[in-house]
Amino acid sequence: MLRYIIWRIGVMVPTLLVISMLVFTIIQLPPGDFFQSQMAELRAAGETANLQDMEELRHEYGLDKPLPIQYIYWVGGMLHGDFGYSFEYQLPVSEVVGDRLWLTVLVSFTTILLTWLIAFPIGIYSATHQYSWSDYSLTFLGLLGIAIPNFMLALILMYFANVWFGVSVGHLMDQQYLSQPMSWAKARSILSHLWIPVIIVGTAGTAGMIRRLRANLLDEMQKQYVITARAKGLHPLRALIKYPLRMALNFFVADIGSILPSVISGAEITAIVLSLETTGPMLIKALQSQDMYLAGSFLMFLALLNVIGVLISDIALGFLDPRIRLQGRSTR
Amino acid sequence: MTSTLPEPGAPLQHYVSTAPFDPMQFEQMSAGQTRYHKASQKRLMWWKFKRHRVAVASGIFLLLLYGMIIIAEFLAPYGLHSRNVDFIHAPPQGIHIFRDGKLVSPFVYGRSMSLDLNTLRRTYTDKPDDVQPIRFLCRGDAYNFWGMVPSNLHLVCPAVGGDMHLLGTDRLGRDVLSRIIYGARISLSIGLIGISISFVLGIVLGGLAGYHGGWFDLLVQRVIEVLQSLPSLPLWMALAAIMPVTWSPIVVYFGITIILGILDWTGLARAVRSKLLSLREEDYVLAAQLMGARSSRIIGRHLVPGFMSHLIATATISIPSMILGETALSFLGLGLRPPITSWGILLTEARSVSVIAFYPWLLFPMIPVVLVILAFNFLGDGLRDAADPYK
Repeated sequence: MLRYIIWRIGVMVPTLLVISMLVFTIIQLPPGDFFQSQMAELRAAGETANLQDMEELRHEYGLDKPLPIQYIYWVGGMLHGDFGYSFEYQLPVSEVVGDRLWLTVLVSFTTILLTWLIAFPIGIYSATHQYSWSDYSLTFLGLLGIAIPNFMLALILMYFANVWFGVSVGHLMDQQYLSQPMSWAKARSILSHLWIPVIIVGTAGTAGMIRRLRANLLDEMQKQYVITARAKGLHPLRALIKYPLRMALNFFVADIGSILPSVISGAEITAIVLSLETTGPMLIKALQSQDMYLAGSFLMFLALLNVIGVLISDIALGFLDPRIRLQGRSTR
Repeated sequence: MTSTLPEPGAPLQHYVSTAPFDPMQFEQMSAGQTRYHKASQKRLMWWKFKRHRVAVASGIFLLLLYGMIIIAEFLAPYGLHSRNVDFIHAPPQGIHIFRDGKLVSPFVYGRSMSLDLNTLRRTYTDKPDDVQPIRFLCRGDAYNFWGMVPSNLHLVCPAVGGDMHLLGTDRLGRDVLSRIIYGARISLSIGLIGISISFVLGIVLGGLAGYHGGWFDLLVQRVIEVLQSLPSLPLWMALAAIMPVTWSPIVVYFGITIILGILDWTGLARAVRSKLLSLREEDYVLAAQLMGARSSRIIGRHLVPGFMSHLIATATISIPSMILGETALSFLGLGLRPPITSWGILLTEARSVSVIAFYPWLLFPMIPVVLVILAFNFLGDGLRDAADPYK
């Protein structure tokens, strides 16, 4: 098992390396850099911009060096926790980002927990009551969850929360805690705000998971061994829990790899609409103003979150299913 | 002791009936069975597909919608940019067909606007004596059909000098219904163009990787892994953000489509690859190779058609994610730009809670989005079941 885990972590490294190259290419693609666009803005505003200053600044931040060297600086810095400098905020990226990363992790993982809690029983129910009215309506509800865009759901939920409960649901905590260090009161405030984004982000993922769990369980329940178990007089519930469900559980854990990207995507756009204190709103601002190190760090972080999520699910899968562990490779 | 066997050389003694004999008579098949056994693969799929009622209904619905985008100018009662400054943020009007208890041709009531000077809200009230019958196949706002043929024929128009805003108007007094009809053209075509790009990429890359294997396979697999481990929306956002502001809206439209397509091929490529890995060991592939067929011919002519139906089903299911992606990007202001109008652009009007509270009809563009995505999902389910007619 240890060998498997080490091998699995080893595979992560080249993946992350390629991702970092991709992200670096993306943030370098727009023509010009932050200082050039800032200078163009200053000129447009009628101010005189000092070319000399700009060149000095570019030199100071290494923007005049060839791209491969800039890339090595960037990756090398990230390895010891230096994520670069945010030009827009005039602060190191790690200070700008601060708690936002952890709040993103919190929202994403709470969402996945909730997704599991809801999808598991409903999926089993749908599969065991195939083609019943409740199955049809649950399937339809699930599809509806996929079909409604996240941001619209966020807006509508915001509106109804306003009308029915009289609370404004934007943000992830009460205003007075915004710039305070973490405390019990702040944690409680975050928890009480967390449910709305979690519900919004969770809908699509839950719906998808219910559908896949149902399909998987149905496949498994048609197999010979279940029929044999039933023919030998095993109680239906026991025949379900003991064998097909265990098989479906494998897939359930493996599925995290496919819902995590959608959860993170959903969390981003929902965060923008609800103006949560997560990475979403800041990422879009950074992208728009070409604040490349900030945007790059965010993209890198989201990808890392994803890769680690898949890693955890693969390792859990290794524990669950000896075939995967012994084969020494993931069969996602 | 006498043997039952005949003497050597003597003729065999056995009875052969001369009556006509049909070997199939013991396994008689009904007419229906014969029809089933003789049916072609395509026919079998069609029969199986027809059994999935919801999928058929969704298919018809989508066909109608795609037919609609061809003649959007004719169907929309107003032009895309026609403004009606007298009716800004006007709520939807109801169509009436009864007047004084009698059935008459459909009409709407004229409306008068009053401005509340304290809240600056406009309120519109129906004028019961101002009856404006709706005209059909009539002359209305002038337009250029597909930007080329000038015309002014519409399916429905308001009465001469009257107004008809069945789904209300937006902040510039533009008719929401007309804009939804025009927006369908962009929103629906983006899904199709995007899926074509990802389809081609998926088949070519997945096909080569699966058929040849080796280093190319390894490379493609790593690329797929990397692309799939990046959350799609932030990546779309990043790519959309790098499109220069100087690009014209139509170039941006193609840019967005290409971005959606380029990042979506991974799922298809995976499916193609895994299928080809098993199919390339089949005898007919060996036969083709021995006859000297090039690999592009073997992949394109012999292998891919074998599971094309699966691919189409997979592609159908991934169209909704493209439509949703475009909607989300446009909503965030990173996607299409006016004057190009898509459903996502229309939804940007309903960006804040106050808009939803005061002008809820600006949310109407959401209904076609949801319906189209549901329809594609149902259609995809039906196609997937039908792709395997023997199951």
